[in-house]
Amino acid sequence: MAKIVVDVMLKPEILDPQGNAVASALPRLGFSFAKSVRQGKRFEIEVEGEPSAAQLAEVEKAAEVLLSNPIIENYVVRVEK
Amino acid sequence: MRVGVITFPGTLDDRDAARAVVAGGCEAVSLWHADADLKNVDAVILPGGFSYGDYLRCGAISRFAPVMQLVIEAAGKGMPVLGICNGFQVLCESHLLPGALTRNSDLHFLCRDQEIEITNNSTPWTSSYKAGEKIVIPLKNGEGSFQCDDKTLAELEGEGRVIARYVGQNPNGSRNLIAGITNARGNVVGLMPHPEHAIDELTGPSAAGLGFFTSILNAMVK
Repeated sequence: MAKIVVDVMLKPEILDPQGNAVASALPRLGFSFAKSVRQGKRFEIEVEGEPSAAQLAEVEKAAEVLLSNPIIENYVVRVEK
Repeated sequence: MRVGVITFPGTLDDRDAARAVVAGGCEAVSLWHADADLKNVDAVILPGGFSYGDYLRCGAISRFAPVMQLVIEAAGKGMPVLGICNGFQVLCESHLLPGALTRNSDLHFLCRDQEIEITNNSTPWTSSYKAGEKIVIPLKNGEGSFQCDDKTLAELEGEGRVIARYVGQNPNGSRNLIAGITNARGNVVGLMPHPEHAIDELTGPSAAGLGFFTSILNAMVK
């Protein structure tokens, strides 16, 4: 069983109020490492066996039409061992 | 004149929208998200709420509902479509309108009476208003910040496709104070605040929202 991971992030130019809220909460807890925080979504998709090139192409398509909104988000598809 | 009001699982404002349609002088026709049937309506309203629980992104799953395939096809042929709040989000996800609605800039769910200015009264949903008319109607959403790239914004502004703007302080971080837009053809309108909650002074901040529903009657009688 292999796992295909799709990471979806807001495009850099799109305001991320959730990430900003996390960034401002960190120092209140004594964590001083963060210059900025961006929050995104991660999809884990299990498939039988090794994913084929055709399957990955289908996942790319699904990421484009459903998992992300290309107007405001970027996505990356990868296989996790 | 028959105006369809779509109910998705999680829609909240379909009753108020149907009531506003009747108050505006049209017949309200209930449409169900899973039906591939527009029941011979002359126009369609996508009301507010949290369709499909706002899972994934607001409107992202509703866009693939069977009834939406017919709405997208009919909108392409010129049928008037109005999306209010969550309905606006569905129209953006469906690519019937450009841009996207994102989390309010201050992260708060807003619920308040909001003044807006009608900036385009040439659509079938806004013709009852005077250009520049200011009205107060409820605004209630968590993801109402209108975002798009600079090219799209320039197109919307250049072609007069911003149909309503927030007056005063920007409530949610929307670009150019945009509260509502229309498509290039002018038949599809998305609006974040809620005219259907402001058709009677007994229950709303004003009755000024009724104009959206009398507009559609006028548009179809012409």
